Amino acid sequence: MNRIENVSRRRFLKGVFGTGALILSVRYIPPLWAQGQSTDGQTDADRAILHPNLFVGIQQDGTVYIVAHRSEMGTVIRTSLPLVVADELDADWKRVKIDQAIGDKRYGDQNTDGSQSVRRFYNTMRECGAAARWMLIQAAAQQWNVPASECSTVLHAVVHNTTRKRAEYGELASAAARLTVPKKEQLQLKKPSEWRYIGKGVTSVDLQKLCTGQAVYGMDARVDGMVYASIEHPPVFGGKVKSLDDKEALKVAGVHQTIGIDPFKPPAAFQPLGGVAVIADNTWAAFQGRKKLKITWDNGPNQSYDSVEYKKELQETAHKPGKLIRGVGDSGKAFPTGNVFEADYYVPLLSHVPMEPMVALAGFKDGKVTAWAPTQNPQAVQAIVSSELGIPVQDVICHVTLLGGGFGRKSKPDYVAEAAVLSKKLGRPVKVVWTREDDVKFDYYNAVAAMYMKAAVDGKGKPTAWLQRSVFPPITSTFDVNAVYGDPGHLAQGWTDLPYDLPSIRIENGPAQAHVRIGWLRSVANIYHAFAIQCFTDELAHRANRDPMEYLLDLIGPPRTLDFTNVDYPNYGADYKTFPWETGRLRNVIEMVAGKSGWANKKSAKGHGFGFAAHRSFLTYVATVVEVEVTEDGEISIPRVDTALDAGIVVNPEAVRAQFEGAVVFGTSIVRTGEITAKNGVIQQSNFNDYPVARINEVPAQTNVYITESSAPPAGVGEPGVPPFVAAFCNAIFAATGKRVRDLPLSSNSLFA
Amino acid sequence: MIKLKVNGIDHSFDGDPDMPLLWYVRDILGLTGTKFGCGIALCGACTVHKNGEAIRSCITVMSAAANSEIRTIEDLSANGLLALQETWMQVNVPQCGYCQSGQIMQAVSLLKNTPHPTDQQIDDAMAGNICRCGTYQRIRQAIKLAAEKTA
Repeated sequence: MNRIENVSRRRFLKGVFGTGALILSVRYIPPLWAQGQSTDGQTDADRAILHPNLFVGIQQDGTVYIVAHRSEMGTVIRTSLPLVVADELDADWKRVKIDQAIGDKRYGDQNTDGSQSVRRFYNTMRECGAAARWMLIQAAAQQWNVPASECSTVLHAVVHNTTRKRAEYGELASAAARLTVPKKEQLQLKKPSEWRYIGKGVTSVDLQKLCTGQAVYGMDARVDGMVYASIEHPPVFGGKVKSLDDKEALKVAGVHQTIGIDPFKPPAAFQPLGGVAVIADNTWAAFQGRKKLKITWDNGPNQSYDSVEYKKELQETAHKPGKLIRGVGDSGKAFPTGNVFEADYYVPLLSHVPMEPMVALAGFKDGKVTAWAPTQNPQAVQAIVSSELGIPVQDVICHVTLLGGGFGRKSKPDYVAEAAVLSKKLGRPVKVVWTREDDVKFDYYNAVAAMYMKAAVDGKGKPTAWLQRSVFPPITSTFDVNAVYGDPGHLAQGWTDLPYDLPSIRIENGPAQAHVRIGWLRSVANIYHAFAIQCFTDELAHRANRDPMEYLLDLIGPPRTLDFTNVDYPNYGADYKTFPWETGRLRNVIEMVAGKSGWANKKSAKGHGFGFAAHRSFLTYVATVVEVEVTEDGEISIPRVDTALDAGIVVNPEAVRAQFEGAVVFGTSIVRTGEITAKNGVIQQSNFNDYPVARINEVPAQTNVYITESSAPPAGVGEPGVPPFVAAFCNAIFAATGKRVRDLPLSSNSLFA
Repeated sequence: MIKLKVNGIDHSFDGDPDMPLLWYVRDILGLTGTKFGCGIALCGACTVHKNGEAIRSCITVMSAAANSEIRTIEDLSANGLLALQETWMQVNVPQCGYCQSGQIMQAVSLLKNTPHPTDQQIDDAMAGNICRCGTYQRIRQAIKLAAEKTA
């Protein structure tokens, strides 16, 4: 739980806000982080860049500081969460300054992942703002000698309702700082009708910098005396250096030396992969030196990994009985015979390829590390650097720069650990720069997955029995070498929670051994789960000669809350009472997108098709209609996408629209060309030539996003747009061509390539 | 010794003539607005202007940049935001923003040569610039709005 405390008089704040500033912090006390000391902003490095320790600070000149403790990778989160504080504070947004937090457990969770920043911190941010406002009101009331109940706030000032006396926040800050922070019960949160910013939104605080080249990413971090490093990693996961000849590398102008990095001790987790680093004066020299290294490798046990063979293995496993994840109705009985339909779906390994490759700057000095990193998870940076270097967690200061894209990759700080390890060995700051090739070849890939689907249908084509079985190397394998089954959290991503109202449902999962690092990527397991379920459902609808949307609504059944009693269903880590799975909300977005897209009048024909899919992920309900055109030559274009969503309360609608527009582009890449393959354990792709992502001429010409007005608690928005788009796109392709997309991507599918 | 002008300032360089211009402007001059994305001219994040034309600085070696005038994103708004940068902000194009320097440099070049581009011309000119966040729809919109403004 979070509690708010007044820390104005604590010594460490002086440097940041000055004497007399009113400062509130939210202290998060989860059991995980209850041990150890906090890094409290006392180091020189800490003071060198903006990093106040707390969420709210108000200066005597009226400047309001609000801390953004989540990472900015384009979702506008470092604007949107402080905006919630500003709303409850009644602060003038023009007088708010945002401070990016360093990694520090006192902020609670900082892992900007899982579409959960607003969901997790919405209430906390409101309370932070409301507590500050309460104290300012109290201070004014005392000053005027009137009851606080007669005072209220206007923009950035307290007023006395009867005398119209008025005091600016800055004038009250010093007096308010001497007051006790209110208890939660004393806080008066605004009514939605009183919101200034929530639901209306603002543009990113970084917008102008982003358009003028002034924004600072991890790639742009610089400190005096730093050197550059480029690392040759073992080409096969788990391999190590057998022999090294660096003579030619050392002859390259600007190259200082080479340094070996130890291979990781399994499980890999966030440890450096190992290899040989070339240290140089500049990035280019480091790259050049690296090309001259002569290394022989011991490739280790994964050198037999072949993705073609592996696909067969997964599909064979998917055809054998697996572990029961959830059973409904008669699922224990033998599967009916008769009108049975089955299909296999497949999604390969996917790479994140954010535009900014992995990069980190770290300096080791006097037993402490200061890092500047584009990281989604600065506390994970602290943890891995601490364990790699054998120093206390609080001696790792992690500054969070802007991220040039993340998509989940930058939650895994192996690249920051590399910089820290090298810096310790060199005794000076090191900037590790990955090439695009490094990024593609040494990712934590989204799992390759095989899904086997089977349904027995009645006279109207509606399933009387349903079986679905997925097989994929689990993310947990990155942290536990023995893990082969999907963990409940990732099975819950659109698999365990099949929302259909059918007499018999059997949901299974089979085992798969990982041969590369598996990690989470935007929408994660929802991508392959929704693809299989929503495309299979579309296939059944067409077989029954029924409208796919009407058919899906029939399968979903009446509005109700799904019952997961005795089912391991983590619900994205959210409380099920607060965020229940409500089929009515899914129905609503389906009906919304039907209306907005004019679905009833959309008639698919040869070369011109409309596809549809709906899916709940990250607690948000989404329905998507995709229109495709296919030329005689098989060239596919996407004139229009309509997507309707219910994400509960939306803080920043413009940012949400942008996330859903971006999600369909991300999904376009997955469907068209997203595929990582391996031969002899080596990843075969390297750059945007052989791992292409969607370009301006390949994406939907027009994406319309419709947001449901809702008073439900805020849910995720960064990821939920991807899964239904992928399925709807494939369903549209069928509508236009009569060809089913069961194997992704199109570029290696013999029906389309 | 290679001489060149960067953002109106004369520079000379006596390092590796095969060093790409990208690393010269970033690591040597400290102009970090120009980005590294792929290193082989596939993504456009490194786009700068050489004698007024958009080029990929990651494959333009220093010897090829000799005696030229280079302009980077930092100089674009030296005398105030360009109309294109204003429309870029107006339609709220960037998400993570990392590719946007290159997108803007490419779009400036497009509008210089084709002041009123069609959708097809926009696609043709911008297809070399990848945005992984997927801001393409807004990029197109911002370019069109800027074209209208300068009608």
